[in-house]
Amino acid sequence: MLASVSSRIHFRGNFGRAMRDVSKTIWDVIVVGGGNAGLCAAIEAAEAGAKVLILEVAPKPYRGGNSRHTRNFRCMHQGPLSVLTGDYDPDEYYDDLLRVTAGKTDETLARLAINTSESCLPWMEAHGVRFQPSLSGTLSLSRTNAFFLGGGKALVNAYYNTCADLGVEALYEAEVTHISLEDGAFTGLEATINGETHHIEGRALVLASGGFQGDLDWLADAWGPAARNFLIRGTPYNRGVVLRDMLDQGAVSVGDPTQCHAVAIDGRAPKFDGGIVTRLDCVPFSVVVNKYGERFYDEGEDVWPKRYAIWGRLVAAQPDQVAYSIIDAKSAELFMPSVFPPETADTIEGLGQKLGISGTKLRETVEAFSAACADGDFTPTELDGLATNGITPAKTNWARPITEPPFYGYSLRPGVTFTYLGLKVDQTARVAGPDGDLLNVWAAGEIMAGSILGQGYLAGFGMTIGTVFGRIAGQEAAKHVG
Amino acid sequence: MLDNPSTTATAEARRQIEICNACRYCEGYCAVFPAMTRQRAFADGDMTQLANLCHNCRGCYYACQYTEPHEFAVNLPAALAEARQDSWDRFAWPGVFAGMFQRRAGAMIAVLIAAIALLFGMALWLQPESGEGFYAYLSHGIMVALFTPAFLFPVLALAIGVRRYWNEVGGEPVHFADLRQAGIDAASLRNLSGGQAGACNFEAEDRFTNARKHAHQAVMWGFLLCFGSTTSATIMHYFLDWSAPYGPLTPPKLLGVPGGILMTIGAGYLAWVKTKADPSLGAKAFGGEVAFTLLLGAVGATGLALYAATGTGAVPALLAIHLGCVLAFFLTTPYSKMAHGAYRFAALVREAQIKRQGRSGRES
Repeated sequence: MLASVSSRIHFRGNFGRAMRDVSKTIWDVIVVGGGNAGLCAAIEAAEAGAKVLILEVAPKPYRGGNSRHTRNFRCMHQGPLSVLTGDYDPDEYYDDLLRVTAGKTDETLARLAINTSESCLPWMEAHGVRFQPSLSGTLSLSRTNAFFLGGGKALVNAYYNTCADLGVEALYEAEVTHISLEDGAFTGLEATINGETHHIEGRALVLASGGFQGDLDWLADAWGPAARNFLIRGTPYNRGVVLRDMLDQGAVSVGDPTQCHAVAIDGRAPKFDGGIVTRLDCVPFSVVVNKYGERFYDEGEDVWPKRYAIWGRLVAAQPDQVAYSIIDAKSAELFMPSVFPPETADTIEGLGQKLGISGTKLRETVEAFSAACADGDFTPTELDGLATNGITPAKTNWARPITEPPFYGYSLRPGVTFTYLGLKVDQTARVAGPDGDLLNVWAAGEIMAGSILGQGYLAGFGMTIGTVFGRIAGQEAAKHVG
Repeated sequence: MLDNPSTTATAEARRQIEICNACRYCEGYCAVFPAMTRQRAFADGDMTQLANLCHNCRGCYYACQYTEPHEFAVNLPAALAEARQDSWDRFAWPGVFAGMFQRRAGAMIAVLIAAIALLFGMALWLQPESGEGFYAYLSHGIMVALFTPAFLFPVLALAIGVRRYWNEVGGEPVHFADLRQAGIDAASLRNLSGGQAGACNFEAEDRFTNARKHAHQAVMWGFLLCFGSTTSATIMHYFLDWSAPYGPLTPPKLLGVPGGILMTIGAGYLAWVKTKADPSLGAKAFGGEVAFTLLLGAVGATGLALYAATGTGAVPALLAIHLGCVLAFFLTTPYSKMAHGAYRFAALVREAQIKRQGRSGRES
């Protein structure tokens, strides 16, 4: 869909050769999805001597799935490791996971991911990934999360280069539409490549094609029609085609099929692929109203990193799935710069009009809020207890009157990061079929992460799951074809 | 004389840097990104400083999730290169020469031909009665009369340009520590090192290599050695009463021969990697930049050839060609890619100054 013309030009170089070979060859290992997990699997399998094909649905500039938007890797470590400071022991890591998932995790798989993460970091470095010290504004993660130099796209580039050096064949704009399973074993698959359907045979299969958040119809079926107003923060190419095909054939599912992880982001973000820059960190210092100019939740409940996901759901529950965050001049520089400049006005009423909501109602709400603010010390970096009195809902921290022009307004919408529904796997990443484990099908990354992340999200853990299970899947697949 | 700096190129670079400032994934590559994070709004002078701080290592482009066909269309190396070139045009003195050789290979070649012809003419018609070595063809007096202004004029022009730069970026009185830090950064090409990557992206696209850095180091150090050679010869002539020709174990030759070799090989290598790299990630000045690089290589190569031809009948022609190259190089310096050395160094000094002061640069 996006930019297919330019990507085809990119690809023309090896397209003919690849197309001649791809249907004739019986591949040892076929990897569906060329993001972090699929690439780790391909590298491991190729290093074990397997003949590997990666089928990536996106055109080359958009290759890498959601991995291209990531920035770090959450890593257990006993003592300083690479760019990581101090230590992060497995129990603390597991506790962090329990806190965000409220216990909805598979302990065996979770501990496997955690315990293996330490040995993954040097492996990543050995395969071209470069790390950098914690980014400005993320010092709180310098002990637990190793940041990729340049972010996830640089990691994806490094892995594609490593794959090329290992002789792995990678095809872009190759959409896998059906997996052929016979008696619990994979025999081949159907793929649409450059508009033509091909049957490709392989001896082992690794599924690393992500979730279904790019398919708005599916999201709307699962969540309700409101989901059509959600923005998708990551790739539009995770449409869940392979996931659905596998579930239709009786693969065992994990994760809540109705749920997605969504955070509150800038309402003006692109429908897809807006990524990191669409975040808005102003909510704790603002009042947030819906399209009727009414407040609906405590904006100061906790620090923003602990609340942005809750706000995704809160905004999703408002009329038209939109909200407006209003600040005044004294809060304008308390948060990371936003990619889109805010609407600006010298009066609250004027700001309301610019935002397309009732200026009168917004003024009443803001005036009532300001009148409910008390004197006290304001500390933006921690819970300061500066709360409102006598309004509902209360704002329990950072409540300062919004009185100093110019006034700024940002629109908020839910931005979907990933979906939870996935395939059930065992400790060897092997996919569970209707009659026990499938003989030669493994899964890694978002397509199986729902086992471990039953709800919520832990920064950098998606890349950990992808790397750990991608590597395992690649090793196991290569071992199978021996 | 100065135009309004709020050009299209500056505005486009500002649009992109504001996207970068909301992302910040590239902080580890070079000094541009940490400098960017010190600010939320970017005045024209801030953009000029960031543009000249950028060494076009391209790490950020290949790592960027917002490059085309994404609607944000980020291509920061190209945007900063355009803004950087525009800034050199603004700073050029006299302004009539702005961009003349930076962007155009043809103008550079025309000056080169004219300079060589001039030297041939002088050797033909102004040949001295007597003289040793190449002074037999062109007297010392004539060389001084020609090259003193040809050297001092570019120095003056660049000094005026750098002063204009300093005013635009809001520079303050320079401390020795700033010069020292800038010197270390320039000598090591720290901003072409890609941070933890230890290399940059150029001729091999998203793979990291040091080809361009090594080529640039050869040219830069080769040039400085050659400059040292000429300086030592000047000192020997005027203060030690020791005139050319100089033997192989004298300072002019000990500095000049390795310098010439480095400059020749480095310039050839640099021009070659430039032809391999994606032109859409740099300034729209490919011809001018390659012509300049090859001119530098020609200065080195003709100097070596002249030395190798000592005592043969080729000396007069090679002398005219070599001195013609040198003359063309000097005269075009303030308006060719060579000027980047002065502005880039000024940017490094300003960056060192801001960091030393531990506070943000000029706010909008």
